[in-house]
Order: sequence, then C-alpha cells, then structure tokens
Amino acid sequence: MKISLSHAFAVWRRNASMYGRTWMFNLLPNFFEPVLYLVAIGIGVGAYVSEMAGMSYAEFLAPGLVCVAAMNGASFEVTYNVYVRLTYDKAYDAMLTTPIGPDEILLGEVMWAVTRATIYGGSFFVVLVLFGLAPLPAALLAIPAIPLSGLLFAALGITFSLRVPTIDLFSFYFTLFLTPLFLFSDVFFPLEERLSGIWLWVAEALPLLHPVRIARAAFRGEWTPILIWDLAYVLALAALLLQGSRAAVRNRLMN
Amino acid sequence: MIVRARGARKQFGDRVAVEQLDLDIPAGCCFGLLGPNGAGKTTTLRMIYGATEPSAGTIEVFGIDVARDPRAVRARLGVTLQENVMIEVLSPVENLRVFGRYHLIREPELTRRIDYLVDFLELESHADVPVQNLSGGFQRRLAIALSLINDPELLILDEPTTGLDPAVRLALWSKIRALRTAGTTVLLTTHYMDEAQRLCDRIVVMAQGKAIADGAPAALIETHLRTEAIEIECSSEQESELIRLLADEPQRMRAGGRLVLYVDDAAAVLPVIDSIAAEHGHRTIRPTNLEDLFLHLTGAQLEGGA
Ligand SMILES: Nc1ncnc2c1ncn2[C@@H]1O[C@H](COP(=O)(O)OP(=O)(O)OP(=O)(O)O)[C@@H](O)[C@H]1O
Ligand SMILES: [Mg+2]
Repeated sequence: MKISLSHAFAVWRRNASMYGRTWMFNLLPNFFEPVLYLVAIGIGVGAYVSEMAGMSYAEFLAPGLVCVAAMNGASFEVTYNVYVRLTYDKAYDAMLTTPIGPDEILLGEVMWAVTRATIYGGSFFVVLVLFGLAPLPAALLAIPAIPLSGLLFAALGITFSLRVPTIDLFSFYFTLFLTPLFLFSDVFFPLEERLSGIWLWVAEALPLLHPVRIARAAFRGEWTPILIWDLAYVLALAALLLQGSRAAVRNRLMN
Repeated sequence: MIVRARGARKQFGDRVAVEQLDLDIPAGCCFGLLGPNGAGKTTTLRMIYGATEPSAGTIEVFGIDVARDPRAVRARLGVTLQENVMIEVLSPVENLRVFGRYHLIREPELTRRIDYLVDFLELESHADVPVQNLSGGFQRRLAIALSLINDPELLILDEPTTGLDPAVRLALWSKIRALRTAGTTVLLTTHYMDEAQRLCDRIVVMAQGKAIADGAPAALIETHLRTEAIEIECSSEQESELIRLLADEPQRMRAGGRLVLYVDDAAAVLPVIDSIAAEHGHRTIRPTNLEDLFLHLTGAQLEGGA
C-alpha cells in the first residue's frame, strides 16, 4: 500500500502535542550537553592547545558539536522514547486502530526524531553564533548537516530499537556505539592526521564522520568533492536502514 | 454482513491463538464474543481491524478484504482496546484532537465532533484535566469517545467495562444501546455474562481459539441447558445419592461445595433435593442464565478442580 504522508504527519503531530506539554523535562536537559562540552573542552582545554588544523580549538570543535547535538536528539527519540511509546504508552497499538499503518508510524517517528535533532542542533548553532564561533554567512551552509545527522541517527537508532527485546540494552547502544562515534569522528581531533593507510579507509565507515565533515567544510567556507561522498553516504545509509525497518516495524507491531 | 470471516486462523510461533473461525456479523447487530482468558477474543478483534494478519483464512469487513486494504476498513470503524491507551499528560479534549488527526479530520469538523463526544460521554466536568488524574471510569468513557471520533459504522469494544463500578457500567451500557439504536454495529468482548445477556443480540463463545457456540443468548441457553437452575450446597456423596433417587439424571455443574442442577421443572424435584441436602444452607432456584451456559460450555475443567 502507498505510504500516506498526511497520516505520517498525524503521528508527528501526536509527538509534537505531547512535547508541547513536557518539553521542560524532555527536551530542555539535553540541550545543555553540547554547551558544556564547548565550554569545558573547547574553551577550557582549548586554552592549552595553540591551534588545531589551522584554527583555535574552540573553532575546531564547534561544527562537530552541532552534529553531535543533532545525533543525540535523534538517538534519544528513536531509542528510549520510541520504546516507551511502543511498550508502555501503547501509542502504536492505538494508531493501528485508525487508518495509520506501520509505514506511517515509522515515517512519522523518523520525521519527529529529525525535528528534535533540528531543535537541538539548531539551538546549539545559535549558541555558537552568540559565542562568535560560527563565521557568518559561510556557517549557514552547515545548517543542512543538522537534519542530515538527525536522519542518519534516527535510521540507525530505530534499526536497533526495533530489534532489542528490552529497554536495558539501549545503554549498550549509547556507550558502545554512540560514545565511540562521538569521540572518534573528527569532532575532537582531525582523524586523518592520526590515521594512515588502510585505517583511513576503515574510518570512512563511521557514520558521524560524514555530517561532521560537511558542517566543518561549511564553517571553513571550503568546498571539496569529498562532500558529495559524505552526502551520498548519509542519504544512502539512511534509506537502506529505513527500508529495512519497514518489515521490522510490521513484525514488531503486527506479528 | 458487516464482518465476514471464513476459516480465520492465527498462530504466534507454534501457539495457535485462533483456529478455523467463521463469523457473520450482520449490520445493526450487537455481537458478543465470549470466552475465558486466552480464548483468542482480542486476537480475533485484531484480525478484524487489521492490526494483525490472519495466518490463514479471509476476513472481510464492509465487504473489503482487511488484509488487502486495512486503511479503508479502519477509516470506517472504531476500536476501544482492552487497555486504555490515552496520552496521560494531555487532557481528554487534547487526546480527542490527536485521535481525530489520526483520521485526518480537519477543523471545524474536528471541534464539532469533539464537542459532540464530550457531551455524549459526559466528559465536560474534566475535559481539560490531564488524563493521568482521572478515575478509571472517566478514562474508560474517554477511551470509548476516542473510538467514536470518526463516527464509525462498526464499533469494536474489547472488554469495555472490566474493572468499572456498577454505576459506570450501567451508564456505559446505555451509551452502547444508544449507539446501536442509531444504527452502529457493535462487536464487543466481555467476561460479564449479564453484560452479554443485556446487550447482545448474538454471541459466539470461544474456547482455546475455537468458536464452540454461536447464536442468540436465549436460544443458546435453551439448546444447551434446561430452563431452571437449582443451586444447593452438598458433598459429592450427597450428589451421588441425589442422582440415584432422581428418575432421570439431571444436567449439573459443581463449583467447590456448591452444586447447580438444571431441570425443566424445579418444583417436581425439590422434595427429593430437600430430603438429601436440606440441612446444608439455603438453596436457590432461578432461571438458567448465560453464566450457566458459559460455564457449561467452557468450564468443564472447573468441575474436578476449583
Ligand atoms: N502477540 C502475541 N504473541 C504471542 N502470543 C500471543 C500474542 N497475542 C496473543 N497471544 C496468545 O494467544 C492466545 C489468545 O490471546 P488473546 O489475547 O486473543 O486472548 P483473549 O481471549 O483476549 O484473553 P483475555 O480474556 O485474557 O483478554 C493467548 O494464549 C495469548 O497468550
Ligand atoms: Mg483480550
């Protein structure tokens, strides 16, 4: 059956209505995380680093943290929150009594995760502008990297969520998958200066690397053809994972 | 027929939840699905509204194959699930609004519909209070309101009154009757036989995934049991003695120390009964009801056990 965008949007609106009520507890706390990193590491540790890749450390850190903020926003949404809606709120059981089907639930949730990623990434971007760490207008070109990170990590997270039996396993996803990505994806140090040979190729598999590279290129006002690969990687992997999730959603909701 | 199932079967792994089920639910009918816990009632409903696909067989609703076009089917029906599934932090009106959007109902129609349902299910007193602060009875009324948001032709209610106090149950029954009178076809499951007897024109009794009886409540009772029930307290020795003394062996059912005998004419056998079991507490004579039928059909295992 054809996917109905308007029904997917109704799923999105459900989450929007709910967070309209609880955003103080559900949305606000995560916003501070990248700000703390920026201050502690970018400005604190950065005081001892004369330069990195030709710029101040805070400047180096800034674009990567935008993508990290988006990654975290999307990831929380499609792991813990989706799990709660699935298991405790039974929101999807309710939707399946209406014309909404599993494909619309998947699409609506991904759209919402991208929205949340954009709220986090976007508000952190504003913080950077206020700190004078986002060179305008060039840095504006980094804004598309925010929903792209959101989309990528929504797809990765939901792929994981749909296959885990209990909520306890999400901590593995965060500590063994997202945290290493956060630490080794060009956010804190330029990967290509630490790696050589085959490892440079292996590192290309890291999902977060690609949106970070796009954001950093925009902040620097540089264009390189490798960005096409980065964009293609994000879109292709997201598409692949979401296509794979369609059957998983059906299985999980309609067994 | 509003619902027509043929050979419907549902298997979860190697567990068969519903087997070889045929259902015909005519328009305007109030149809009851009865059966003990785990009989397959909820699974049957889920197949009817397309939340799960039958492992075999076909189900048509409004003449549409549900497996083929669940969206078209669900647009025209409403479902109150066994468990309440509202958004706890939102108010009844906000929940109705969210649910209306699932059906793509737009303003001003949405507000008109919500106003009508708030009035119909008497939700106005707490229409703006978060659902988590509402009583069970109020939440259940809201759950039913949600399933009516699209003005459905078929209303499916999975145990609508479980856990509610008698006054709330009476109130809900009158709403369900009103809907039926207005032409809505109702399909409900229940563990309360009085509820089924009062509301349903037709019932199907399920046990272990199979339909074991199908018909109007009164007719079913008549087919399976005698018209009068006599309840007495007696031991199994007294029971054997009683059976020996009575001319033809009566239908009977035991639950612990209590024995129910089903007879055509209670007055005729009372002298014999009194001669055996008079000293053991009071006896009750009453018309045979759906509960007797239900236990007769599904409760064989209780005879020796509980
Ligand atoms: N999603 C599922 N996965 C595995 N088994 C299931 C699933 N849903 C139901 N079952 C099993 O199928 C059988 C029928 O369950 P169902 O919920 O339809 O019964 P029910 O008649 O509604 O019971 P109750 O009166 O307790 O609500 C049960 O044995 C149940 O454990
Ligand atoms: Mg059930």
